[in-house]
Amino acid sequence: MKEIIIPLIMVFGVLVAVMTIAPGLIWVERRLLGLWQDRYGPNRVGPFGLLQVLADMIKVFAKEDWIPPFADKPVFIIAPAVIMFTVLMTFAVIPFTRSVHVVDMNIGLLFFLGMSSLGVYSVTLAGWASDSKYSLLGGLRAAAQMLSYEVYMGLSLMGVVMLSGSFNLREIVEAQKGLWFCIPQFLGFAVFLIAGVAETHRLPFDLPEAESELVAGFHSEYSGMKFGMFFVGEYLGITLISAMIATLFFGGWLGPVLPPIIWFLIKMFVFICFFILLRAALPRPRYDQLMSYGWKVLFPLSLLNLVVTGGILLAR
Amino acid sequence: MFSLLKTLWTVLRHTFRKRATILYPEEKPSIPPRWRGRIILSRGPGGAERCVACYLCAVACPVDCISLQATEDEHGRRYPEFFRINFSRCIFCGFCEEACPTYAIQLTPDFEMCEHNRQNLVYEKEDLLISGPGKYHDYDFYRVAGLAIGGKDKGQAENEETPVDVRGLMP
Repeated sequence: MKEIIIPLIMVFGVLVAVMTIAPGLIWVERRLLGLWQDRYGPNRVGPFGLLQVLADMIKVFAKEDWIPPFADKPVFIIAPAVIMFTVLMTFAVIPFTRSVHVVDMNIGLLFFLGMSSLGVYSVTLAGWASDSKYSLLGGLRAAAQMLSYEVYMGLSLMGVVMLSGSFNLREIVEAQKGLWFCIPQFLGFAVFLIAGVAETHRLPFDLPEAESELVAGFHSEYSGMKFGMFFVGEYLGITLISAMIATLFFGGWLGPVLPPIIWFLIKMFVFICFFILLRAALPRPRYDQLMSYGWKVLFPLSLLNLVVTGGILLAR
Repeated sequence: MFSLLKTLWTVLRHTFRKRATILYPEEKPSIPPRWRGRIILSRGPGGAERCVACYLCAVACPVDCISLQATEDEHGRRYPEFFRINFSRCIFCGFCEEACPTYAIQLTPDFEMCEHNRQNLVYEKEDLLISGPGKYHDYDFYRVAGLAIGGKDKGQAENEETPVDVRGLMP
């Protein structure tokens, strides 16, 4: 009995927590952007504007959920579900503390990489199924961008795997007891951070939805809750990447005095704020700049990191 | 790369800046006196209304929101019989104020004039007329104009010389 109930509590606990954090982030982002642009952001609905998200949610539900007649209907409907599905699945392998996790998977890191690769389907299919020019361009950009950044995302993590000798995220965290991997793996951390931003197609790498060129890119044709799912999926993606950075490079739940879960949340929140800061500060690069930056700078850097880490480990 | 980091740092420093937003209904913005808001009709320093019903404001108005009718009192002094501004059309361009030769029509810094009913935006003369001289305290059109009007003859205006008797100009 206990073997069934505890995992169930974990599953629903993580699901509820994550699904509360993601919409909460919309509020956090708007307030933080406001702060950094010397204004307030939403502050009218409820205390500090906290209920703004709820009001927006009600609005999104009340919108007409329109499927364009020219769209490829089944794919059009599946696409937003895919991004939610893949991101939520990945949260299963994240160790929030030593004991709080849904599954303790041997290949947790590979599972994360695989699921984030699957996430590409969501945006690409959404762009394809919409059957409009802007959406298709957005989908194409998303496919190329996310596939190429996927490569060094994976490569940049291999240093961590080498140092800890495991693909298990829990063991990776425990291997950081002495020293967080952000120091010996600084290069890997930098590459992973940038690739993570590109992977969640957030600003400044939001080329797939570049609103100044492509209307809204791959989700131009989406409305109502389907758009809402893309939106929440994006924030879930930020949460996921921040959680991964905290786990892989900043020692996950490790930390003095405070309880482990608090440490994990603090580290995650810092990186979420950093993501928002990136959005507040940086302009969007041109598409060819984005690709050449990826392949000519980040790719060699991550290879270098891999070779140097491997060499040092062999020499030891 | 360095410039990107510098940008991030600059933006992060804004955390501790004062916010530029004025939380409007609770906190009133300070509005400059030349702000183009609600239109009023002013009175001269003597308390008489300044408007001489010359129709220049109505002509200058690009959206035709000013309507008036001129009339005269027993001294031959012109004044508007009615003066109506439709604020649902008014674009607050201030052309009427520029066109006015007597400083009668003026725009004020008041902008809080929302109504639930559109008809309430049509202001009549008694809504427009204020008791003071507005932005120009000492200006009185009839005291600087050469026109003879009840209580003031030719040559009695400010800086005006008494009229010359053309027939008395003998060589």
